[in-house]
Amino acid sequence: METNETLEARGPKKLVLYVAGETPKSLAAIKNLEKICAENLPGKYVIEVIDLKKSPHLAREHNIVAIPTLVRELPTPIRKIIGDLSNSEKVLVNLQVSENE
Amino acid sequence: MTVFEGIGKSRTGIVGFDELTLGGLPTGRPTLVCGTAGCGKTLFASTFLLNGARDMDEPGVFVTFEERPSDIISNVKSLGFDVEQLVDQGKIYLEHISIDPSELEEIGDYDLEGLFLRLELAIDQVGAKRIVLDTIESLFSAFTNPAILRAEIRRLFDWLKDKGLTTIITGERGDGSLTRQGLEEYVSDCVILLDHRVQNQISTRRLRIVKYRGTAHGTNEVPFLIDQDGFSVLPISSLGLNHKVSDERISSGVEDLDAMLSGGGFHRGTSILLSGVAGSGKSSLSASFAAAACERGEKAIYFSFEESVDQTVRNMTSIGTDLQKHIDCGLLHYVAARPTFYSLEMHLAVMLREIVRFEPSIVVLDPISAFMGSGEQPEVQSMLLRMVDFLKSRGTTAVFTHLMHSQAGTTETDVGLSSLMDAWILLLNREIGGEFNRELYLLKARGLSHSNQVREFVMSDRGIKLLAPYIGDGRALTGSMRQSEEARARRNEVERRAEVARQAERIKHRRRKALAQIEALQAELDADEIELNKVTDAEDMYLEQSAMDQQEMEKSRRVDG
Repeated sequence: METNETLEARGPKKLVLYVAGETPKSLAAIKNLEKICAENLPGKYVIEVIDLKKSPHLAREHNIVAIPTLVRELPTPIRKIIGDLSNSEKVLVNLQVSENE
Repeated sequence: MTVFEGIGKSRTGIVGFDELTLGGLPTGRPTLVCGTAGCGKTLFASTFLLNGARDMDEPGVFVTFEERPSDIISNVKSLGFDVEQLVDQGKIYLEHISIDPSELEEIGDYDLEGLFLRLELAIDQVGAKRIVLDTIESLFSAFTNPAILRAEIRRLFDWLKDKGLTTIITGERGDGSLTRQGLEEYVSDCVILLDHRVQNQISTRRLRIVKYRGTAHGTNEVPFLIDQDGFSVLPISSLGLNHKVSDERISSGVEDLDAMLSGGGFHRGTSILLSGVAGSGKSSLSASFAAAACERGEKAIYFSFEESVDQTVRNMTSIGTDLQKHIDCGLLHYVAARPTFYSLEMHLAVMLREIVRFEPSIVVLDPISAFMGSGEQPEVQSMLLRMVDFLKSRGTTAVFTHLMHSQAGTTETDVGLSSLMDAWILLLNREIGGEFNRELYLLKARGLSHSNQVREFVMSDRGIKLLAPYIGDGRALTGSMRQSEEARARRNEVERRAEVARQAERIKHRRRKALAQIEALQAELDADEIELNKVTDAEDMYLEQSAMDQQEMEKSRRVDG
């Protein structure tokens, strides 16, 4: 808990969104995530988008199977959300739940 | 074979399977291998992949959804595959795709492009021609949206096909369907079903080609085997009746038996059945066949299902056959295993493998009746038929012994094998006059004229002898009765000879007498001749004298006158 708090204190945490090319699903996921973060979690997260088409070895490294996948590595435990994140409430619950830990 | 030109085939390197499928799995297409848990799916798939990478210059990717790569590496290590080395050489890539459903949340639409990218990366990394997905069904437990999953799996198979990868997909057998998730509907080219059954406490593995589009295939169940040499399939009757025959004769090791066949001995490459009740000398005779081959410098395998090697060696020494020296110099290979030790298929496979390895010119199975306890009759029969066909196709002489439980129905065997056999020797143990005597009949010898007469089968420390029985009073006598009859005949003979000698003496005597008489008469004749000569001489002298007297008289008259 302490580590989480200290990390939180240091600044925004990283959310990584893995996509593959500019498919409608990927674009929708990026759009949805940006919207959720901006509207509900301002300043708490920075979003990094990784295109696996360009660097497929990252899919192997981070064990990504489904696209799009949103990974929140910190705070632990690691959370993975797959899909185009079209349901912002559910996304928030998933991110929030872990934040309350 | 022009029919099969349309489909390219990739050899699996699995013993027997490539022959069964006339070349292996369809090149560039997916093959579904399904079966219950523990039936060897993963082993089949990994053997296919590793053989391809090691021996056929076809690198491969093993995608495992369940087992960890380290487990797979150690699993196949015992079968002689050094996966780590193949990985280092860049011929194999192990891709472990594990998904923990507990850390996943599905929100909205998604696809499995990540899986595709990872596969593509792995495929490009080794230049893969083969790929194994073991088992893709576990995706169904990781993702909750089956509609997306099914669409993606269909897309995956199409994608693999487009890439020209020879693929094996494994799937667990479901109730009433080949796989739990109905994977078979995506794979239309080749479906192989593996089965693992236990009958009479003996397990048997079987393989069946459910479907193989574009090629002829048998739909029979074929037994297969997993042992220290890996996965081997045993086609039942891929062999036809077109084996070459030999006119060469080989000795049975029993001179008297060879003599019963015109020309001396059995044809090489024939199947010989020795049937008889317990203690009738089957094993001894069959061991003698093997020993005779070794004496000729040929190799022999003796499969025993009842006796250990030491026991057989000792028993054969007692009848003057030294098997140990043949074993020591590597000509005789003795394999002893209880019938219940393996299933029938396992036995067959073990035997075939030993035969292929050792390349003997004669094989002894002692006794085949031992299998009756470990399988149903049709199975035993089919196994032995395969054995007979296999040995015939190799031109190997086969000697089978069969234990009969009664001597009553001697013209058929439990396993109905007699018609498969080229030669049939029946050994009986008959009680006559308070003693058991062994008898040997040559019931059948295809292509050889042979004696139809019973022989007494005698085993002693000088080996096996066949004695012609004493035929008299309309029956054949053996044992002591034969001996007493022979003694009586010998006595009669002695008497007869004495009588002949006496008669000859009598005639000689008479002849001598006649000769003496002839001599006496001759002497008389000679005396008469002398007498006659004397008379004529006296007459001549008288006539001469009287003529001289006449002259004298005339002379004196003239003087007077």
